[in-house]
Amino acid sequence: MSLPPTILGIETSCDETGVGIVRGSELLADALASSVDEHARFGGVVPEVASRAHLEAMVPTVHRALSDAGLTLADIDAIAVTAGPGLAGALLVGVAAAKAYALSLGKPLYGVNHLSAHVAVDRLVHGDLPQPCVALLVSGGHSSLLLVPDVTGPVESLGATVDDAAGEAFDKVARVLGLPFPGGPYIDRAATEGDAAAIDFPRGLVRDSPYSFTFSGLKTAVARWVEAKERAGESVPVNDVAASFQEAVADVLTARAVAACNEHGVDTLVIGGGVAANSRLRLLAEERCDAKGITLRMPPPKLCTDNGAMVAALGVLLVERGLEPSPLDIAADSSMALA
Amino acid sequence: MHVLAFDTSSAAVTAAVAEWQEPSIPPEVVATATPGESFSFVMAGEGPAIRAERTEVASNRHGELLAPMIADVLAEAGITAADLDAIGVGLGPGPFTGLRVGIMTAKSMSDALAIPAYGVSSLDVLARMHDFVAYDHDHDIEHDFAVLTDARRKQVYWAVYDAHGLQVLDGPDLATPAILAERLRGRVTHLVGAGAVLYREQLADFTIVERAPYPAAGELAQLVVEPAIRKVSPEPLVPMYLRRPDARPPGERKKVTPV
Ligand SMILES: [Zn+2]
Repeated sequence: MSLPPTILGIETSCDETGVGIVRGSELLADALASSVDEHARFGGVVPEVASRAHLEAMVPTVHRALSDAGLTLADIDAIAVTAGPGLAGALLVGVAAAKAYALSLGKPLYGVNHLSAHVAVDRLVHGDLPQPCVALLVSGGHSSLLLVPDVTGPVESLGATVDDAAGEAFDKVARVLGLPFPGGPYIDRAATEGDAAAIDFPRGLVRDSPYSFTFSGLKTAVARWVEAKERAGESVPVNDVAASFQEAVADVLTARAVAACNEHGVDTLVIGGGVAANSRLRLLAEERCDAKGITLRMPPPKLCTDNGAMVAALGVLLVERGLEPSPLDIAADSSMALA
Repeated sequence: MHVLAFDTSSAAVTAAVAEWQEPSIPPEVVATATPGESFSFVMAGEGPAIRAERTEVASNRHGELLAPMIADVLAEAGITAADLDAIGVGLGPGPFTGLRVGIMTAKSMSDALAIPAYGVSSLDVLARMHDFVAYDHDHDIEHDFAVLTDARRKQVYWAVYDAHGLQVLDGPDLATPAILAERLRGRVTHLVGAGAVLYREQLADFTIVERAPYPAAGELAQLVVEPAIRKVSPEPLVPMYLRRPDARPPGERKKVTPV
């Protein structure tokens, strides 16, 4: 009996150089090199710094993945790579590497959509994805609600952020509160000591688009509230602000995701992206899905953030379904659409 | 021996395959030769031949063009990637995004094929493509010259070379055409490269050479054959950025409420 396809997946859409290896539905390696520390002093990801770091980290990360999997390049059946969306210069480094490995090894190349890969990674943890499912993908780079009839095919965007990504809102609010970058984990931690009902921050609605998100008003509201306290010479209750802000984000995201499932008659919600590591989001999603009889599928936090395994997980499906590989002239597409 | 070379440091993408045939030298001669002699024996043979070469001007599409171009030159040379013995790549300086495409490709191919990849300054490649030795009344007249490439943001990357284009005498560095003109005045008369062509008006005091404005992979391949034959262990491939990422740590946070 022949082995299921073994795919090496490369991800460089933001600040993580990810190389994962998946055989069938088995995760063999998930190697990661992050340039997050280099960005911290800038208060956000600097694209040029990220691109430089990808160039240096790529080959060593490929080797770490191979060694973790106990394989050599000769064992790889195809190369999959994030072709978009993401930071243009960063994507280009990963795509160049993927093409070079594919060309050198004489193996097929598959350029994949980053968002579809975030959905596909859950199959490594919870088995084959039901068709269709709804996916909520929230990170520092994207915030989207998707209808996924089949993760290897076109995906429909139900809504997305119209301004800041959810993760960006966490970073900006962290800055207002004097917490470090990236803001997500620090706000999550502060919030555990705070009262989520202390301040009623706004839940932004997007006109005529029930599943879209807006976080810029929320971010401004938090800043105003904090500045008013400071002006009055009062101390800022950081934990309460963090908890109330986090509640507003988790509330909006989960309410709209559950509503989207109901309206489209879909019984499975997949949540991914870096913000899916947020403890309040996870808890509230579980409560609301339970109440509506929706099956919630959330990969563990390590697979929610950007990684190469998710790209490989999707690559396996493309190979198994016998889909056409990508040509060598495939472009890195920073604003790649879903279909 | 087959060498694949490519450069993505300029507005062009270029790739070439060079082949070098080992000359048949009697073993007893090789056995008694010093390392220096044996190298001159091997170079005394046919010399490297360019089996395929492509250049395409393609601003900002380096990522799309390079891999198919490599596949094309390999096919034209009648070989596959597995037949390669070494890779040569231009390290720039040049606009970062395109530059990285070439260097990432070289690193990955070198890794996948377990062959060495040699990095060469793209300005050196351009310099090698030009020659400013004139012959006059029984003696050579040699002129140093400068190589300029487009660094965008109204700047050029530059270096000064000897008349044969073999040795860097000044640079490489980054400058505006006006500041560079000051520095080169009285020092060189001829400027080569796309940076000189682009800023010809600011560089009106010099003779601008229009010919061969981009580094060519065939020339780069020639430069790499020698270290490949000698089995020199390659230096890590580090792009010649010559410019820091322009990011500043944020200052004091701006208030959203008017004071
Ligand atoms: Zn992501």
